[in-house]
Amino acid sequence: MPYDLKPIDLDVETTPYLKPQEQSGDRWTLNFGPQHPSTHTTLRLVMELDGERVARVTPHIGYLHSGFEKLGEVLDYNQYVTIVSRMNYISPISNDIAWHGAVEKLFGIDLTPRCKALRTILAEIGRIQDHLLCIGAAAIDLGAFTGFLYGFNQRERIYDIMDYISGQRFHPDYTRVGGTMQELPDQAVFVKMIKNFIYDQLPPAINDIRTLLTNNRIFRDRTEGVGQINREDAIAWSLSGPIARAAGVKRDLRKDEPYLCYADNWDGMGAKAVDFKVPIATAGDTFARYLVRLEEVEQSISIIEQLLDDIPGGPMNVDSDGKAVKPSKAEVYGSIEGLIQHFEIVMTNRGWEAPVAEVYAANETANGELGFYIVSDGGPRPWRARCRPPSYINYQVFAKLMEGHLIADAVAILGSLNIIAAELDR
Amino acid sequence: MPTPNLDHPTLPLVKQKFAGRKLFATEFRDQTTLIIDKADLLEVMAFLCSDERCQYDFLSDVTCVDYLNYPGSPAPGSTESDNGGPKGRFGVVYNLVSYPHNRRLFVKVMLDPTLDTSGIEDDPALHIPSVCGIWPGAEWTEREVYDMFGIHFDMHPDHRRILLWEDYPAHPLRKDYPVNGRGEREEYVVVDRDSA
Repeated sequence: MPYDLKPIDLDVETTPYLKPQEQSGDRWTLNFGPQHPSTHTTLRLVMELDGERVARVTPHIGYLHSGFEKLGEVLDYNQYVTIVSRMNYISPISNDIAWHGAVEKLFGIDLTPRCKALRTILAEIGRIQDHLLCIGAAAIDLGAFTGFLYGFNQRERIYDIMDYISGQRFHPDYTRVGGTMQELPDQAVFVKMIKNFIYDQLPPAINDIRTLLTNNRIFRDRTEGVGQINREDAIAWSLSGPIARAAGVKRDLRKDEPYLCYADNWDGMGAKAVDFKVPIATAGDTFARYLVRLEEVEQSISIIEQLLDDIPGGPMNVDSDGKAVKPSKAEVYGSIEGLIQHFEIVMTNRGWEAPVAEVYAANETANGELGFYIVSDGGPRPWRARCRPPSYINYQVFAKLMEGHLIADAVAILGSLNIIAAELDR
Repeated sequence: MPTPNLDHPTLPLVKQKFAGRKLFATEFRDQTTLIIDKADLLEVMAFLCSDERCQYDFLSDVTCVDYLNYPGSPAPGSTESDNGGPKGRFGVVYNLVSYPHNRRLFVKVMLDPTLDTSGIEDDPALHIPSVCGIWPGAEWTEREVYDMFGIHFDMHPDHRRILLWEDYPAHPLRKDYPVNGRGEREEYVVVDRDSA
């Protein structure tokens, strides 16, 4: 690199190479976005330029703000999943699982082993789905169209799986309080679809992407040393997920605050937690983030492998005696209690009783810590449904990462942060 | 409500260090919330971040809750009538994580507005010191709390609204703001080709 880059410098005026131009009027302002192919959705950056070099960048966000958290206060715990799944629409199933994980913590519901195993598999599918887009898009933003195509092709298989289990390709909205929307249509077909995906379809595509990019001279020149952040800054700036781990932060909620099948004794009969490694890189640059994501895909495949052949039998949903879980259709049509319970939950003026309390539960999703802070007033709807959006909190560091880089590096860094504007603005 | 189980290892340290201050704690599902006074915020936060027995080096989130007409308000576990605890309409919640100890602690500050809350009036009672000096990552989450609830963060490096535009006439996540809005969309000035 021709310059000594200082990734984090709070006061841009003290950055030495900018000094000569400081008051000379040589800097000019460039508006980047809100509509630009490499911003993927609507992000706006106002860049103050010194030649082709970015002296300061100010992100302006909020173009997609649609009041998701306000809507959470008028929709009940089951209905809100439809909104949650539109936050990070790249891996909607992960959001569903995180949301209902928090709700179940509020109600004190312990899921059935079958549901835990299934949710873990789907959460990992969601992670793969997200990383495939991120890696692919990182490539296309730098001009490598093929990598993107390989990634997107595989996402199509995931849509098929989601379509099969829930009837919806893009937004499955599959989870419900205490279980899932419905039982798997046919477990054998489901397992076959996933096996086909993780054994036959995905590994060749990942290999192709790796061969294309990892040792690609142009890709490495464009990403190594670009958007660098060190470990201390990553923690101080609240970064989570692959971005933090690429900077050497050893933190993965699946290990540190385990939930679902990432915790020991998840089936109540002493089952071991799924075994996986947390990839860490120390460089903290765009290339390291790409490597971490690629390795996480491999680890996700291994987690799915461990669970897929022994998905526990038994019921999917928790017994509805707890009065928070919708009874199965057989109960609704076959027994008067089931019918009453169903209407108690579905009707807007009835609903279940939640404890008057506040809980926070977070999942490690593809982008980092996705948490929900739920305040309940005892009614069927949350009093407050705060989402801790990883995209939003990770994006605030973008301005610091950009300082001193070229305009063209903006797209490389933006792609590596994997900012999903729907989650950013909510 | 079952009795809160206050065995969080950080609580005795805070109690010892800040003896004589107003401190309250509550717990639900192994999740401990420490409720402190606005005046003590920066001191307590600096202690929680830097003391080697606490080391809350990661600020996961800053958010706010509006407790207007909340059942049994003030906040659960902190009713003034029961134990003399803090009272307030807005609760600013800090979600702290200690990486070295792998612990989570929630810190809450209660604020009570003195002026009308339907508009965007700058209420001196809704000012609170910013923690950006301790965790720079608080920058955008505090801006969002300001945008949505109208809580002002003093000494914030970039105190602007973030998701809504500057002259939006309300702070929409307050409970006295209707879900359907107050007709801002209908009343907004439309610039067409002739008037531009």
